[in-house]
Amino acid sequence: MATASKAVTDSRANLPFVYRQYSAEQLKQVLHKMYLIRRFEEGAEECYTRGLIHGTMHLSIGQEASAMGICMPLAEDDQITSTHRGHGHCIAKGAEVKRMFAEFFGKTTGYCKGRGGSMHIADVGKGNLGANGIVGGGIPIAVGAALSSKMMKTGKVVVSFFGDGANNEGAFHEALNMAAVWKLPVIFVCENNGYGMSTSTARSTAVKNIAERAAAYSMPGVIVNGNIFSEVAEASHQAIARARAGEGPTLIESKTYRHRGHSKSDRNRYRTKEEIEDWMSNRDPIILFESELREFGFIDDKGIEAIRDAVAQEIAEGIEFAKASPSPDISETGNYVYTEQA
Amino acid sequence: MDAMVRELSYAQAIQEAMAIAMDMDERVFLMGEDIGVYGGAFQVTGDLVERYGADRVIDTPISELGGAGVAVGAALTGMRPIFEFQFSDFATLAMEQIVNQAAKMRFMLGGEVSVPVVMRFPAGSGTGAAAQHSQSLEAWLGHVPGLKVIQPATPYDAKGMLLAAVADPDPVMIFEHKLLYKMKGPVPEGYYTVPIGKADICREGRDLTIVATSIMVQKALDAAAALESEGIDVEVVDLRTIRPMDKQTVIDSVKKTSRLLCVYEAVKTLGIGAEVSAMIAESEAFDYLDAPIVRLGGAETPIPYNPELEKATVPQIPDIVTAARDLAKGVR
Repeated sequence: MATASKAVTDSRANLPFVYRQYSAEQLKQVLHKMYLIRRFEEGAEECYTRGLIHGTMHLSIGQEASAMGICMPLAEDDQITSTHRGHGHCIAKGAEVKRMFAEFFGKTTGYCKGRGGSMHIADVGKGNLGANGIVGGGIPIAVGAALSSKMMKTGKVVVSFFGDGANNEGAFHEALNMAAVWKLPVIFVCENNGYGMSTSTARSTAVKNIAERAAAYSMPGVIVNGNIFSEVAEASHQAIARARAGEGPTLIESKTYRHRGHSKSDRNRYRTKEEIEDWMSNRDPIILFESELREFGFIDDKGIEAIRDAVAQEIAEGIEFAKASPSPDISETGNYVYTEQA
Repeated sequence: MDAMVRELSYAQAIQEAMAIAMDMDERVFLMGEDIGVYGGAFQVTGDLVERYGADRVIDTPISELGGAGVAVGAALTGMRPIFEFQFSDFATLAMEQIVNQAAKMRFMLGGEVSVPVVMRFPAGSGTGAAAQHSQSLEAWLGHVPGLKVIQPATPYDAKGMLLAAVADPDPVMIFEHKLLYKMKGPVPEGYYTVPIGKADICREGRDLTIVATSIMVQKALDAAAALESEGIDVEVVDLRTIRPMDKQTVIDSVKKTSRLLCVYEAVKTLGIGAEVSAMIAESEAFDYLDAPIVRLGGAETPIPYNPELEKATVPQIPDIVTAARDLAKGVR
C-alpha cells in the first residue's frame, strides 16, 4: 500500500472527484455514515423480527452511497424531502440514530414523538422535511420549499428524493415543470432501484433512462452509478452549484438496487436470487467505497475496524435508548392535529 | 375611531383582504391559475398583480396537484401562500396534497412543523357551468382532521375570515360560492378578523332554527322574511365554519326553538346536514325537539346544464319557505 499512500500525496489530481474534494477525515466520516445507515436498517429489521417494532418498513440496504453521495455536499441548512425508503436520507442529512430508533419504537423521544414511524421519519432541525408515504408526494413540496428559498433569499438548496416508481406519477411532471419554469434551486434525485414494488422499470416506464425525461423540462439530466459514492457526490456537487447560482433544477438518476424486498410483505417473486446475489456480492456500495479508500490510502484495516466498532456501539446504544424511552400517553392521541393555541 | 364602512362586493372584500395581508406580511403571496393579468376566473385577484408584482401574484401552470403541493411546501418552510383553485371541483385533482400532506404534516411530524396555507375554492352551482364546474365539495374536506374549512356568506365575513385564515398556523380551506361574488354588503376598511370556528346568529327567532351555509344563508334569510307575514318567527344560524364546528351556538338555538331545519347546497346525503342533525341528536338539545329534524340539500345527481334543471337541483327560497312552514306547523 506504500505506493497508494504516495499516490494520495503526489497525485490526487488523478483520483476520482471525492478524493480530490474532501479530506481523509471527511471521507472516513462518509464511510462511518454509510455503515451507520446499513447497521441502523439491519438493527431495525432485527427489532421488527423480534416484535419490538410494529407496522412495516422499507429498507434501503444497498442504496447507501446514493443517500450519502447526494447529502454529503449539502450544507446543514439545505433541505430535503424524502421517501418511504428514507432511513438512509435521514441519517445522511445528519439525524441521530437513537432518535430514529425511538421513533420506530413509537416513543416520545422519537423525531415525530411516535406519531410518524418509519414512513414519516423527519429531522426538521437538520433540514429533513420528512419521508413520505405517498409515492411522489414530496416532489411538489420540495419545489415549494425551493420557492420559499428564492422568495426569502435564504440561498438554501432543496433536494427531492424519490424512486423510479414516482417518475410515473403526475406530481413528478407537474413539479419538475414548475421548478424549471421558475428556475428554482431544487435537485430532483431519482433513486432508480429497478423496481416499483414488484414492477420493473422496463415494464412500467417508457424511457430506458429516467434522466432522459429531463429533456422535457429543459433541465440537465444526469445518470450516475448510484453505488459509487464518488460518482453520486460529483453529480450532486455540480447540481448544487447550478442551483445556488440561480440556474435552476437538475434531474439526477442514481441507478442502484435494494438488497431487501419492497417492504416486510415482499416474497421476492419478481426477481431472481442470482440477480440479488450479484448486486450484493459484486456491487455493494459500502464494499466498493471501502476498497477505494483502501486502494488510495485513505484508510487501513485498523481504521475500518474502528469505524465498524464505533457504529456497532452507536446502534446498540440507540436501541437501548429507544427501549428505555417512554411511550406517549393515550390521553395525548389528539395532540398535534392542529397547532396548540396559547 | 371606527373604521370607515363601505359597500363592497364579496369578491372585492376578498381582494381587499388579500391586499391587506400582503401589505402586513411580506411572507404572504398568491398562487393560482390565471390570477395575474387575467385577474382570476372570477376577477377576485383583479389587478393585484399590478400592485404587488408577478413575484407575489404568481400564475401557475394548469397543475392543481403540483400547485397545491408547492403551496404546501412553501407554507412548511416559512411562507404564507394563498392558493386559488379556479373552481372548487379541481380540488379533486389536488386531494393528495390537501388530504395526505397539508392536513397531516404537523401530526405526522409530532408537532415539529405547521402548514399555514390558505386555499380558496370558488364553489357551487347557478352559473350554467354544468357538472364539473358547479359542485359543493366542502364536506369532503370537512371530513379531514388537520384542515379547517370555512364558508363565509357575506362580504364582511369573507374579508374577516380570510384575514383570520392567513393568520392561522394551520391549513384553512375557504369555500366561496360563485354567486356570492357580486353580492354587496357593508365592509369596514382596514384590518379586522372574524374568528374561525364561530357560527353567527344572523336572525333571531322563536319558532324554528334554520342552520344554513354559504349562499343558503341569504336564501334562508329571504325565506324567513317571507314567513314573518305568516306569523312564523325563524332563527337563522350561519354556520360559517364546518370544521371545527361551533356546536354550542347550534345547540343553544335548537334548545330555544325546538325545531331544526338544515339547508345547504351540497348533495343531501352524508353531508353537513347529517353532521349537524347527528350532533343535535347526540346533544342535550335532543330532549327539546318538538319535531323530527329536516334536511334540505342538493339532489342526488350531478349538477345539470339546463338552467331550470340546475335550479331544481339545489334548494331555492320557495323550497325553504315550504319546509320551514311545514316544520313550524307540525306538518310531515
